[in-house]
Amino acid sequence: MNNAIYASRKRGDKIVKALCYAAAIFGVGWLCLILYTLLANGLAGLSLRIFTEMTPPPGAHDGGLLNAIVGSLIMTVIGVGIGTPIGLFAGTWLAEYGRHSQLTNVIRFVNDILLSAPSIIIGLFIYGAIVVPMGGFSGFAGAIALAVIVIPVVVRTTEDMLLLVPLPLREAASALGLPRAYVITRIAYKAARSGLITGILLATARVAGETAPLLFTALSNQFWSLNLGGTMANLPVTINNFVNNPDPNWKQLAWTGALLITVSVLTLNIVARVLGAERKPK
Amino acid sequence: MSDMAIDTPRAAAEPAFDRAKALSAFKLGDATFYWLTRASAILVLLMLGGIIISLIIGAWPAMRAFGFEFLWTQRWAPSAHPTPVLGALGPIYGTILTSFIAMLIAVPVGLGIAIFLTELCPPFLKQPIAIAVELLAGIPSIIYGMWGFFVLGPFLADTFEPAIVSAFENVPILNTLFAGPASNLSLFNASLVLSIMILPFITAISRDVFATVPPVLKEAAYGIGCTTWEVVKNVVLPYTRVGVIGGVMLALGRALGETMAVTFIIGNSFRISSSLFAPGTTISAAIASEFAESDGVHQSALILLGLLLFVLTFCVLTAARLMLRRLEKRAGA
Repeated sequence: MNNAIYASRKRGDKIVKALCYAAAIFGVGWLCLILYTLLANGLAGLSLRIFTEMTPPPGAHDGGLLNAIVGSLIMTVIGVGIGTPIGLFAGTWLAEYGRHSQLTNVIRFVNDILLSAPSIIIGLFIYGAIVVPMGGFSGFAGAIALAVIVIPVVVRTTEDMLLLVPLPLREAASALGLPRAYVITRIAYKAARSGLITGILLATARVAGETAPLLFTALSNQFWSLNLGGTMANLPVTINNFVNNPDPNWKQLAWTGALLITVSVLTLNIVARVLGAERKPK
Repeated sequence: MSDMAIDTPRAAAEPAFDRAKALSAFKLGDATFYWLTRASAILVLLMLGGIIISLIIGAWPAMRAFGFEFLWTQRWAPSAHPTPVLGALGPIYGTILTSFIAMLIAVPVGLGIAIFLTELCPPFLKQPIAIAVELLAGIPSIIYGMWGFFVLGPFLADTFEPAIVSAFENVPILNTLFAGPASNLSLFNASLVLSIMILPFITAISRDVFATVPPVLKEAAYGIGCTTWEVVKNVVLPYTRVGVIGGVMLALGRALGETMAVTFIIGNSFRISSSLFAPGTTISAAIASEFAESDGVHQSALILLGLLLFVLTFCVLTAARLMLRRLEKRAGA
């Protein structure tokens, strides 16, 4: 009797353990499968012309992704450039000045909502707030849309990292007569530096592959354009437009572009994680 | 002492450095910095307000034209004469159904991986597996879309779905749920890809909350002879219930709003079909595929869809955050 109970408990345990192992293999398996597909399809088209030639018209046999890569870089840099200081300052206020204020709770909550808001909603917002008043799609609108996505990520990590800075550090600086702003910028920022950089890198990784908010803000185009006031070529939307096309050259370019985006995003992620992990043992 | 005497000339010159001026510069810098940070913090609030207001303004013409009918009309005919007929039932159904199926798959698997990581995994594998799962979250959603469209879709349509269809051919309800013909573009494919995408969120949060269980509790349970599964079922899960549900809701919020991956593989059909293997659409997919070429009431209706999606995710995320916050408070107390 007792033995039967033991056996069934043991069996249950074994089954669940096996399922957990299977789940872990399942999770890691997808990553490997996706990376394998990307490498297999993307590497075939990877050559120097990807970085030196413009996106080709349909039917052509050459061409690269230069304008799309440059457009993506420009919009990402501007988006992160606008979003980072705002997010950094907002996170600073939450962690340093507003630590005990009621407003902080509200802002933190709103920020969490923005952090997980669907990115297509951000696209609709920028369409209504910038594209329509400005009279057309523009690279500028795309950059702002990316900035709106960057801000909550940076706010969150900045606040978390500043809250980790020990209070005595600030007290010591204050006791030396340093004004609050200097205590924060010279002491707290320095102590939290690697964490802050991690946050910015993660935010960059997050927006580097964003497609949905660019679909109707920056749109995309097929030529070299550095004009932020007009439509701007970018990698994600170019992939989106090329991949469903029967033209094999376009499809190949889309796969290569996808490989480029994924590799850069994953690299950013790993660098951010390494930087973030360096902090912990101390 | 003598050093100071030697430096007397310099000490005398010191007052030329205007103390009051320096202090006022400090004060100005301090105030500027304070207001700069405060304004940025308030900008975050304004952003949410801006999103809501701009969506309402954009959606207003559609709200006036369709009213509440919009919610339960299935027909989506932007070019119908004399007036376009637009209804949100198809996208709403698709959004909720795909998210629901994705959760059905991702919640047990995500929890399984979290349990594996906290209870079963040999230490040297812990970090690599955790990182691998989190990298899944980093892959841009358009990549999932391409992969689902070119790799997963054909596999499901050629092997998996016909097998399921024939297996349930004679079972009453299931044979309408799993009806052919199998297609590369279907609600089921979209759900499966969604489940892979939200897996990392569930795993990461559950692992974090599992780590908050005091080791003493687990040790006590192991000490009286519990198996690993019994410890997880009777100690870890009850202790972390609120946090796990919060994480699951957070993942649900993601699933509801996921756009590009779904747009690629769901087939963009506004008709509601009883079969899971038939094409459908979701709110975000409808917006992504039609918005750039829309105008007038059609565009406004798409913005109204966006507003509905925002309200839906807002509710889910609010619930998630409240639950996670409750857990944080308990951990802090």
